Amino acid sequence: MPHKNLKLNEPTGDEVKTTTCYMCACRCGIRVHLKNGRVRYIDGNPKHPVNRGVICAKGSSGIMQHYSPARLRKPLLRIGERGAREFREIEWDEALALATQWLGDIRARNPDELAFFTGRDQSQALTGWWAQQFGTINYAAHGGFCSVNMAAAGMYTFGGSFWEFGEPDWDRTKYLMLWGVAEDHDSNPIKLGLGKMKARGAKIVAINPVRTGYASIADEWVPVNPGTDGLLAGALIRELLRNDRVDFDYLVRYTNAHHLVIRDPGAADDGLIARDAKGKPLCAVRSPSHRPGEGRGPVVSSEAPLDSGLRRNDEQEQLGFALVDATQPDIAPLIAGEYTLPDGRKAVPAFQLIAERFLADDYAPENVSERCGVEAQTIRRLARELAHTAFEEAIELPIAWTDTHGRAHDTMIGRPVSMHAMRGIAAHANGFHTCRTIHVLQILLGAIDTPGSFRYQPPYPKPAPPGNKPAKSRRPDGTLTGNPLGYPQSPEDLLVDEHGAPRRLDHAFSWEFPLAAHGLLQSVIRNAVEGSPARIDTLFLFMANMGWNSAMDTAATRKLLCARDGHGDYRIPHIIYVDAYDSETVAFADLVLPDTTYLERHDCMSLLDRPIGDAEMAADAIRQPVVQPDRDVRPFQDVLLDLGARLKLPNMVDADGNATCRNYADYMVRHERTPGVGMLAGWRGADGSQQGKGAPNPDQLQRYIEHGCFFEAKVPEAGAYYRMANHDYLQWAQSMGFVGSTEPVTMQLYCEVLQRFRLAAQGHGAVQPPEPQRARVAKYFDPVPLWYSSHGDSAFSLPPQEDGAAATDGAPILARSPHPHRRKAEEDFPLSAITQRPMFMYHAWGSQNRWLRQIAARNVLYVHPRTLARHALESGDWAWIASPRGRIRVEVCAHAATAPGTVWTWNAIGKKRGAWKLSERAPEFVDGFLLNHLIGERASDRAYANGDPVTGQAAWFDLKVRLEHDPEPRVPGHRLEPADD
Amino acid sequence: MTSLPAPAQKKLGLVIDLDTCVGCHACAVACKEWNDGGDFGPLPDDDPYGAEPHGVWFNRVHSYEVAPPPREKAAASSEARGEPVPQMVHFPRSCLHCETPDCVTVCPTGASYKRAEDGIVLVDQDKCIGCQLCAWACPYGAREIALPHPKTSASDVHRKDSKRGTMQKCTLCVDRIYNETLDERDRQPACVLACPTRARMFGDLGDPDSAVSKVVAERDGFALMPEFGYRPVNRYLPPRPRRDGSNTAIAKEAAEEKLDTETLPPLLRWLDKALSR
Amino acid sequence: MKPALSVIFFTVMSGTGYGLWCLLGAALCVGTYPIAGNGILVPLLFGFVLVTAGLLASTSHLGRPERAWRALSQWRSSWLSREGIASLVAYLPMLALAWLAFFPRGGSGVRIAGGLLALCALATLWCTANIYRSLKTIRAWRTRQVLPLYFAFALLSGGLWLWTWLALSPYAVIGLAFPLALLALSVIAAVLKTDYWRRIDAQPANTAGHATGLEALGQVRAFEGPVTEESYLTREMAFVLARKHSAHLRRGALMLFAVLPVAGIVVALATGIGWAALPAALACVAGLFVERWLFFAEARHAVAAFFPAPLA
Ligand SMILES: Nc1nc2c(c(=O)[nH]1)N[C@H]1C(S)=C(S)[C@@H](COP(=O)(O)OP(=O)(O)OC[C@H]3O[C@@H](n4cnc5c(=O)[nH]c(N)nc54)[C@H](O)[C@@H]3O)O[C@H]1N2
Ligand SMILES: Nc1nc2c(c(=O)[nH]1)N[C@H]1C(S)=C(S)[C@@H](COP(=O)(O)OP(=O)(O)OC[C@H]3O[C@@H](n4cnc5c(=O)[nH]c(N)nc54)[C@H](O)[C@@H]3O)O[C@H]1N2
Ligand code: SF4
Ligand code: SF4
Ligand code: SF4
Ligand code: SF4
Ligand code: SF4
Ligand SMILES: [Mo]
Repeated sequence: MPHKNLKLNEPTGDEVKTTTCYMCACRCGIRVHLKNGRVRYIDGNPKHPVNRGVICAKGSSGIMQHYSPARLRKPLLRIGERGAREFREIEWDEALALATQWLGDIRARNPDELAFFTGRDQSQALTGWWAQQFGTINYAAHGGFCSVNMAAAGMYTFGGSFWEFGEPDWDRTKYLMLWGVAEDHDSNPIKLGLGKMKARGAKIVAINPVRTGYASIADEWVPVNPGTDGLLAGALIRELLRNDRVDFDYLVRYTNAHHLVIRDPGAADDGLIARDAKGKPLCAVRSPSHRPGEGRGPVVSSEAPLDSGLRRNDEQEQLGFALVDATQPDIAPLIAGEYTLPDGRKAVPAFQLIAERFLADDYAPENVSERCGVEAQTIRRLARELAHTAFEEAIELPIAWTDTHGRAHDTMIGRPVSMHAMRGIAAHANGFHTCRTIHVLQILLGAIDTPGSFRYQPPYPKPAPPGNKPAKSRRPDGTLTGNPLGYPQSPEDLLVDEHGAPRRLDHAFSWEFPLAAHGLLQSVIRNAVEGSPARIDTLFLFMANMGWNSAMDTAATRKLLCARDGHGDYRIPHIIYVDAYDSETVAFADLVLPDTTYLERHDCMSLLDRPIGDAEMAADAIRQPVVQPDRDVRPFQDVLLDLGARLKLPNMVDADGNATCRNYADYMVRHERTPGVGMLAGWRGADGSQQGKGAPNPDQLQRYIEHGCFFEAKVPEAGAYYRMANHDYLQWAQSMGFVGSTEPVTMQLYCEVLQRFRLAAQGHGAVQPPEPQRARVAKYFDPVPLWYSSHGDSAFSLPPQEDGAAATDGAPILARSPHPHRRKAEEDFPLSAITQRPMFMYHAWGSQNRWLRQIAARNVLYVHPRTLARHALESGDWAWIASPRGRIRVEVCAHAATAPGTVWTWNAIGKKRGAWKLSERAPEFVDGFLLNHLIGERASDRAYANGDPVTGQAAWFDLKVRLEHDPEPRVPGHRLEPADD
Repeated sequence: MTSLPAPAQKKLGLVIDLDTCVGCHACAVACKEWNDGGDFGPLPDDDPYGAEPHGVWFNRVHSYEVAPPPREKAAASSEARGEPVPQMVHFPRSCLHCETPDCVTVCPTGASYKRAEDGIVLVDQDKCIGCQLCAWACPYGAREIALPHPKTSASDVHRKDSKRGTMQKCTLCVDRIYNETLDERDRQPACVLACPTRARMFGDLGDPDSAVSKVVAERDGFALMPEFGYRPVNRYLPPRPRRDGSNTAIAKEAAEEKLDTETLPPLLRWLDKALSR
Repeated sequence: MKPALSVIFFTVMSGTGYGLWCLLGAALCVGTYPIAGNGILVPLLFGFVLVTAGLLASTSHLGRPERAWRALSQWRSSWLSREGIASLVAYLPMLALAWLAFFPRGGSGVRIAGGLLALCALATLWCTANIYRSLKTIRAWRTRQVLPLYFAFALLSGGLWLWTWLALSPYAVIGLAFPLALLALSVIAAVLKTDYWRRIDAQPANTAGHATGLEALGQVRAFEGPVTEESYLTREMAFVLARKHSAHLRRGALMLFAVLPVAGIVVALATGIGWAALPAALACVAGLFVERWLFFAEARHAVAAFFPAPLA
């Protein structure tokens, strides 16, 4: 009898609960199937807006994360030396009492002595608020070493961003350019989207030094050299401009292209937008009625030589030009030429400044080709393809809408060209400007928030930049006046002391990194040890593996964590760390607070934090405990609120000192940020009938759970696109509490904010950079996007050619002579070394997972076959990869789909022996390696952190290396030799 | 019975789109998870946290580098580097539920069999003696033996401890696709439901009008290594030709374009450009 | 293919046993076997020991040995199943012979039993050889030489043991026809095997392009396998043996299963010293172990083409 026991109708489990996945930051909806109280199966929730039922490799292996032997089981108190992993298990009361004592003393003394930094966390709405109540300015999440370049460039340019704040119009786009994306946060949504595009046969172009994953399925792969995308995008812009392939009307409607920029070198307002008495930006319009000399309305003065070399013939000179409020509708603004302001000074439209920059020969395809590693002719073709798709293949949707001037339109025109960019752009010291250049490219094509183009995801767009600024001072009750993070708009918003020195531990919002909107987690440990600007008492880390894969110069960082001062005391007196697993960083903590897994706690993905919705809807979600912890661990959010109450922090205790919230679940429901606006947007109001705004609703969580643990609010159809100026959308957004007013968002083609900082560097205004920083600020705070080499200040030295020798040619941009020391360094370390996310691993967490680690328990260094051959190496050999920070012995392997001047490996596969409860002989330590050891924490000039001079974004991908031989290339085994200094 | 059933009308199987697969391993892990805790499980892991992690998977994802035959110049982007652009192809591999596979006929016990009603090839875990001959007979590497004594680990203690030593393989989720305890929508293989790019399709390849048969017809879906005569049911859709745009009209324009000095510099052209706001 | 010791032991030992039974049985059948009683019983039992040891060893290759009995059910399609049955059936004539050996008048019974034993032994060898011969996935084993080789090797080593017994037994028969037949057999085996090696060396290996069906796109190279460490498939079926090793081993095998036995036979015939048979038989068995190890180690499974080539 065949297969007696074949059971075709076995129920999956005895119970199903929905919640939100947290095997990565994508936050998909999952169904957890339980059998006898244990997790039997996790699959995607088909109704969930993020993943529509699909689930990735990480998500499916969540079960093995939950049952991982590396899970912590009880609070730990260090008994041995730091780093020695010697702990005593203690009770929660003892742990919390200790933490309360440390933090209590600090708050009494000086709240800034607490440095509270969180990593891969998504409760920033809570942690930021907590830091504000505690009163420390030294708070940030991980964004500083993640992709703040993308966030900042986007927010300052168009009030949105790549990352997961916007997305291509997956259903309509006909042409997608992926700039430096391997995986990204929107892990499943991007895959779903790419699948849709493939099904429709839309073209995908991957711009990336390496072809794997998404780039594999792309129609075209452009193997750009690392750090040169700004040049490539600039060249594309140049081609569009030269051929008039620009959506001019889009520019004057939605951007500041036509706003007049004051040209008065040396003046305090040089480079700022010319404004009328009411502060409205001015633009020029032709007014034929007016004649020169009539004194009515300024005219172009014929004698004044125009910087732009524009010469007007007599007939033109006779014409009059009126300067009018640039924001009013139905005018015909001019976008070129020089105009005279009422006060007699000159001004030019912002667009002209953009055009002048990119029309310069610096950006000619021929001149960028060699450096970018992309043929001039390919660049021209790509520009033409973009224009062709945007204009010849334009979409027109029969969707009626009203713009912010009250004008009704009965269709929506679409430019079906979309772009997505991420860390390939962000993780370079020129990432901010490169990202802005890409946005300018999109804007010139009229391809932001139109059908088929890149789209905002609610709650975006917000004003560019958003109005919130970093809090600088404390109220009498010790709380900060606002959130420690924000978007500075002028030097006055910086956190610097009277000498212009940094106030924050990470030097964010200082003259070193003025727009460090997410802080600089990567600099915290070093600065804390050096006491720059001041010593701290306690470093409170949550969910950031700073002792390993999220540190630069990891070996040195691990030493710093154990550094002692003259009296033999640790330079960082207390380190509290909150982790759920036995990570590398646990070893360095004095006090370890064990978290639950994501299946055991309440959490919320709040609209006050990072959005989970897509362009069609605003959405938020919760986690609910689907299983009870089998050990003595507590949800971090509960612990944080408990600590707050024990510390009697304002708003965390009531008049008689009792905790205002029982736990995080309670907080999620009852806390109000501003009246009616809380952590969760769904089912608000006493009866749960309101959304967005409304009084707290006691059974809000119940309603979420009934609905699959998420809430979605569809954007009204009339608000589908043009949201920067779509009244129907903005009205809805205002009703949801996303925006304060229905004012249009004006895209900052020309970024006036940057110019304010530059002016300060040029000696204007109350707050000015100290002498040493002036040149740097003046250079990098260019209101027009620019490209510079991301390798130190040798802005114009040559890129390494694959044979290591620098190329030579007479192109203007290359002509300026490089710093000799840099050139030397480039000859010594000719190769770019980068990492990629493996789709099935999440940073450090994956290797404890018995299933995921089978897929990759070791990483190798991938090298172009010719580069290998030139080093007389072959696949399977062991060799050394060296940078000024030291060298690592690695296995090399050929990969033809890699730019010849680039080597790469998978990120964070290599582990530290002793961590993650892996055996002593696990390939993760014996063979795998961590590239971070080679990445300097300081920039080549050593004066600054290794990051973007505008935002402080960690420049992970500016690493330069060389390959060195090993006497026994066939003897396996990884080894690290840090530089001794 | 290991003698093959008479060829049936219904041929359930998978269609995998190599043009869309990004190699994310979601299908492989979803498969492992479904079956590990399911009726055909566990899928043991040997030394799961040790030096040689190694376990049973029914579905594994490979990746390949393809160097196209050299083309004439004036082509794709990396021509700058004077060579044809290498292509990367991801390739999931699981049982193809062949129509006439030796993996069934060589089995001495009848444990390995092909279902007459839908063509699914299964191993009866209660009959298998673990001789591995079927695995030897499979050219597609679809069968893996559960090691008799996996080094168990802390997280193993809870798992239904069956002394394995039997042959395991893709079941085409036979315990899902007919499962009345699941929603209609969920009666599909775990790997298919998981696939984030929707590069995996499940259906009846015996029915010419089924969605899968249609897509196979229109995309020239192919069977692996037909020369073995096993007649795989699963089909792979080949990567579409990559349109790198290098031989389009637009490319020629770009190539032929020469900077003519006649036209005004753009800024002059725009001087009098009146725009509507 | 990864050489599985249990299987090697089984095919060599049982093979030898069946070869011995086959020749003994045949000789009894046609009545050319010189001695009776213990003269039959001893080699018969020796064969029994070899066969049984081999069969028992083979079960240790199974994941579930206690279920081995199930393997008898699929004789319609499975050579392995047939082999199982044949090997068991072969015990019947063997037992009959053991019993009849002591009947002075058992003449015709012995003839019949002998004949049946010979047939059963051949049948079992035939099945064993076909288990490998029938695997389409392993090109090396599809070659014509595989079947004859299994017979040749079994008869050669079994024969050498039978001859050794005859020569060393109190009856001390060296004979002439039998050793000459063995001599011919070892030459045939050597020729067949070298031919086999020549052929498999000439066989093209399966390629990634062919396995994946992506050939048309261009030169296909495995970039990353599904896992970074070993897996069942890479361990069992992507086993590769460095050419230089195989060359040595091949020479060693030839020396042991052909050259030394021939030498032994010649010496015995020339000097009449029966003891020369023993080293010949031992060498042959040793040679077969090496040969059988290579039989697996050198056979490439089609599935190996999916994986990145292991460093040789
Ligand atoms: N070379 C190189 N380095 C990089 C990058 C790179 O691309 N290349 N990327 C950088 C970027 S963008 C980032 S964001 C960082 C990421 O690096 P990290 O921010 O360090 O992120 P992880 O290492 O994934 O996780 C940090 C810690 O969170 C813990 N954790 C996991 N789940 C939980 C939980 O539920 N609760 C608690 N309390 N803890 C938990 C993990 O155990 C781990 O120790 O790495 C950076 N480092
Ligand atoms: N599976 C998985 N998903 C994740 C994560 C994870 O660890 N695992 N981490 C999450 C986090 S914290 C983040 S920040 C995101 C990051 O998401 P991604 O930005 O996709 O992260 P990376 O893998 O660093 O991708 C960087 C890509 O840029 C390319 N690149 C490097 N330098 C350059 C360059 O100069 N120019 C161009 N054009 N390309 C370049 C690299 O080859 C790589 O393909 O992913 C998130 N999602
Ligand atoms: S993408 Fe992230 S959140 Fe979504 S399923 Fe995978 S791991 Fe979970
Ligand atoms: S899940 Fe889909 S995309 Fe991912 S590897 Fe499997 S088939 Fe390919
Ligand atoms: S793929 Fe292999 S296991 Fe599956 S049916 Fe075909 S031969 Fe048998
Ligand atoms: S391993 Fe099991 S299924 Fe495979 S042939 Fe042997 S008995 Fe049959
Ligand atoms: S069909 Fe089911 S068993 Fe087969 S590979 Fe997919 S998930 Fe695994
Ligand atoms: Mo990140």
